[in-house]
Amino acid sequence: MSFLTKKADALLGWVDARFPLTSNVKAHLTEYYAPKNFNFWYFFGSLALLVLVLQIVTGIFLTMHYKPEAAMAFASVEYIMRDVPWGWLIRYMHSTGASLFFVVIYLHMFRGLLYGSYRNPRELIWLFGVGIFLALMGEAFFGYLLPWGQMSYWGAQVITSLFGTVPFIGPDIAEWLRGDYLTSDATLNRFFAFHVIALPLVIIGLVAAHIIALHEVGSNNPDGVEIKKVKDKTTGIPLDGIPFHPYYSVKDLVGVVVFLIVFAAIIFFAPEMGGYFLEANNFVPADPLVTPAHIAPTWYFTPYYSILRAVPPIGISQFPGVAAMGLSVIAFAFLPWLDRSPVKSIRYKGNLYKGWLTAFVVSFLVLGYLGTVPADVWGQFGAWMGKADIATVVARIFSAIYFLFFILMPWYSKKDKTKPVPTRVTG
Amino acid sequence: MSDNHNDKHQASSLSNHAPNTSRIASQNSIDAEKRKFLIATSAVGAVGCATAAVPFVLSMTPSERAKAAGAPVEVDVSKIAPGDMMVSEYRGQPLWVIHRTDEQIAKLANHDAQLADPNLEIPQQPDYCKNKDRAIKAKYAVMLGTCTHLGCSPAQNFAVTADWDGGFVCACHGSKFDLSGRVYKGSPAPTNLVVPKHQYLTETTLLIGEDKESA
Amino acid sequence: MHIKTQMKKAVFALLLLPTLSFASTEVHLDKAPIDVSNHASLQRGARTFINNCLNCHSANYMRYNRLQDIGLTEKQIKENLLFTAEKVGDPMTATINKNDAKKWFGVAPPDLSVEVRARGADWVYTYMRSFYRDDTRPSGWNNLVFDKVAMPHVLYELQGEQALDHQTHKLTLVKPGKMSTDEYDAMVGDLTNFMAYMSEPAKQQRNRMGWFVLLFLGVLLVLTYKLKKAYWKDIH
Repeated sequence: MSFLTKKADALLGWVDARFPLTSNVKAHLTEYYAPKNFNFWYFFGSLALLVLVLQIVTGIFLTMHYKPEAAMAFASVEYIMRDVPWGWLIRYMHSTGASLFFVVIYLHMFRGLLYGSYRNPRELIWLFGVGIFLALMGEAFFGYLLPWGQMSYWGAQVITSLFGTVPFIGPDIAEWLRGDYLTSDATLNRFFAFHVIALPLVIIGLVAAHIIALHEVGSNNPDGVEIKKVKDKTTGIPLDGIPFHPYYSVKDLVGVVVFLIVFAAIIFFAPEMGGYFLEANNFVPADPLVTPAHIAPTWYFTPYYSILRAVPPIGISQFPGVAAMGLSVIAFAFLPWLDRSPVKSIRYKGNLYKGWLTAFVVSFLVLGYLGTVPADVWGQFGAWMGKADIATVVARIFSAIYFLFFILMPWYSKKDKTKPVPTRVTG
Repeated sequence: MSDNHNDKHQASSLSNHAPNTSRIASQNSIDAEKRKFLIATSAVGAVGCATAAVPFVLSMTPSERAKAAGAPVEVDVSKIAPGDMMVSEYRGQPLWVIHRTDEQIAKLANHDAQLADPNLEIPQQPDYCKNKDRAIKAKYAVMLGTCTHLGCSPAQNFAVTADWDGGFVCACHGSKFDLSGRVYKGSPAPTNLVVPKHQYLTETTLLIGEDKESA
Repeated sequence: MHIKTQMKKAVFALLLLPTLSFASTEVHLDKAPIDVSNHASLQRGARTFINNCLNCHSANYMRYNRLQDIGLTEKQIKENLLFTAEKVGDPMTATINKNDAKKWFGVAPPDLSVEVRARGADWVYTYMRSFYRDDTRPSGWNNLVFDKVAMPHVLYELQGEQALDHQTHKLTLVKPGKMSTDEYDAMVGDLTNFMAYMSEPAKQQRNRMGWFVLLFLGVLLVLTYKLKKAYWKDIH
C-alpha cells in the first residue's frame, strides 16, 4: 500500500467511526444488488433524480433575480432573459426542465404499469411515488404563475376557481387560496413561497422515502420475479443481482448523456417547443381585465383538464367535473389493490390486460391532446346528436375508458389468461 | 452531474470489491479497457461539469442594469464654495469633491511624517493623480467617501487646530484622513481613500468613472 | 341536449374555462422575411422602430447599448439613435406619457419588447401592412388582422391608403403613398426583423452555442457507452 492509500484509509476509518459512510455506500451502491435485466424503461428513475437536482440548482439561481411582486414579476423575468449574464440559459433550463420532469415521470410511472412495480411488497414505494407526483403537479402549478404572463394569471385563476365549485365551502376556499377576491399580488407572493420552499422540501422528503423503501425491498424487474428468492448459498447474494455501482451507475450515465442531448437540443434550438413548453400568450403581461381567447393548461396537465371539461355539470354545479379530475389523478394510488393478477410483469400477462393497458394509454394521449385545443376543434355533430361538440363527445368516451381501466381492473386482471413465470430472470 | 463524476473515480477502486459470483468474471487483474474509458469519461465529464458551472457563476456578476446604473456620471463642481465639499453618488457609494483653498493645499505637505502612505505608493488612485495634490487640478480633490477599513463613510472635520490640518474622521473605528484622502498612521484603515478614474469635460464639469485613457 | 350544451358553455364561461374559442375570422398571415443575422436589415429596422414606434410604444426591456449586437458601435448609437434616453445603457422608453396615450387612444400602447414572441413575426408583418380606411372608427383606421384596433395607421404617408373590399375581403391601395408597395413591404420586413431580434436578443448566441454543446455531448455519449460496455462485458 502506498502512503496516500494508507492516509485515505485512515481518514475513512476516522469518518466511519463517527458516521456510517462505508456502510451506507455499501447498502445503497456497491452492495445494493439490482436485477441484471433492467431494460430501457429503467433509466427514468435516475433521470428523474437528475432533473430534480437541475430544477433545484437552476431555481436557486433564478430566485436571485426574480421578484415575486405583481408589478415587477413579468419585468424581472425579462430582466433575467436579457440583463442577467447567462440568465436566458438558466431560465430555459428551468422551463424546459419542468416539462421534461413530467416526460420522465410519466415514463417512469408507465414502467410501473408495465411490470407491476406497485405490487406486493412495493406498495409503499408506489404510494410515496404517487405522493411525489402530486407534489410535483402542485410545484408545476405554483411555478407557472410566477412569470405573471396572461397564461400564468388565467391558469391560476381557473384552477383556484375549481376549488370554488366544492359545495358550500368552495367560494371561501378559493378566496382563502388566493388571499384576495381574484388572483393578485397576494396570490403571487404565496405561490412563490410554495414553489421555492414548501413543495421542494416535501418532494425531497418523499424522494428520500421512495428510495429508502426501494432499497429495503429491492428493485422489481421486467420479468417481475423476486431475485431475492434465489440466492448464492455461500455469499447470500441474489444470483440474478449485480451491484448497482459500478454496473448501473455506468449504465445510467449513458442514459444521462442521452437525456442531456435531448435537453440541450430543446434549450438551444426550441425552448418554446412550439408553444407547448412556453406559451406565446405568456409573453403578454398578466391583465385581470382581459381573458385570452383560448386558455389551456401546460401539456402535462391536459389529460386531467380534458376529463374536467368532459364531465357534464349537475344542475349548475361544476363539482362533478372537478371531482372526476381529482379522482383521475388519485386513481393511481389504488393500483396495488386493484391489480389481482397472479403475475406482475406484462411479459406474462394475457391479452385482456394488454388490451386494457393499451386502451388506457390511448385514452391518456387523446385526452392530453384534446386538453390543448378548444372543444369545437373538430366541429359539431348534426342535429341528431343535438349539435354537440365532436371533441367533447370523444373526450367523454375516452374519460370513461380512463376510469374503467381502474374500476374494472380487479375483474379483468383476475380473469386474464397469464403465462407461467420463470424462477429466474430472462435475458 | 458532479456526483456522477465522483462515482467514476470510486468505480476504479470499488470494482475490485465486486462479488465474485458465477455471473461476474474475475476482476482481480486490472482491466486496461475499463481504466482507459474511466479516465477518458472522467476527464471529459469533469470538463463538462466545470464548463456548465461557468454560466451559473457569471450570472452572479453585475447585470446590464447594474452596469447601466454604474455607468460614468457627470458632476458639476462650479457650485462648491472654496473650503467646502459636495457629496454625490457613484456606483452607490458617496463621491466626494472637495474644493480646497490655497491655504488648505499648502498645508497638505506639512503632515507627511504622520501619514501611512504619503507618497501614494499603494495604487489607490489613477497614475495621473499620483502627485503631491493627489488630483488632476489641485483645487478639486475627488475621492470615494468609503473608509478603506470596513466601509463606513468618514465624517467631515475641516476645522484646523494646532495638531489637525483638517480632514475626515471615521465614526466607526476612528480612522483619520487628510484633505487628499490620505490615511494617518495608527488608523485601523490600511490604505488611503480611493480616487476613482475621472476627467474634466469642461473647466468645471467632471466625468467620474471614465478617464481619457479608458475612453 | 342542445339546451344542456348551451348551459354547460355558459357555466364554463362563468368559471373562466372557455370551451368556446371566439369565432375568429381566420386571416391569412404573410410570411415575414426574418433573418436575424442580416445586420443591415436589423439596423434599418431599428431606425424605423426608434423613429416611429417609440413615439407611443416603449420597449422597456431593451437597452440601447444592446444594439451593439446588430453591428452598431456605442458611439453610433449615442449619436444617431438615442432619442428617448440619456445614457446608452438606458432602456427604450416611449416618448409619450402612458396616461396621455390612454386618454387619446382608449388603451395604453403596449410595450413592444416581446411583441413578436407573443403574436408571432408573421402577425406583426401582416398587421403593419393591413391598415385600411374605416370612417366608422374613431381614428379613421381599421385593420384586417386586428379588428377595431385603437392604433391609427402611423405610416400611412409612406404606404398610402388602402380600402377594404367587403365582398372579397381583400385590401386595395386607393391612394399611393411616398413608397411603392415593394419599398413599403421591405421596410416593414426590416422592422419586423428587428422586432423579432429584440424579442429575444440572445437567440443567435443560443443557436450558435447549441452546436458546441451537442458536439461535446456526442463525444461524451461515445465515451460513456464504451465505458458501460467495458464494465458490462463481465455480466452474462
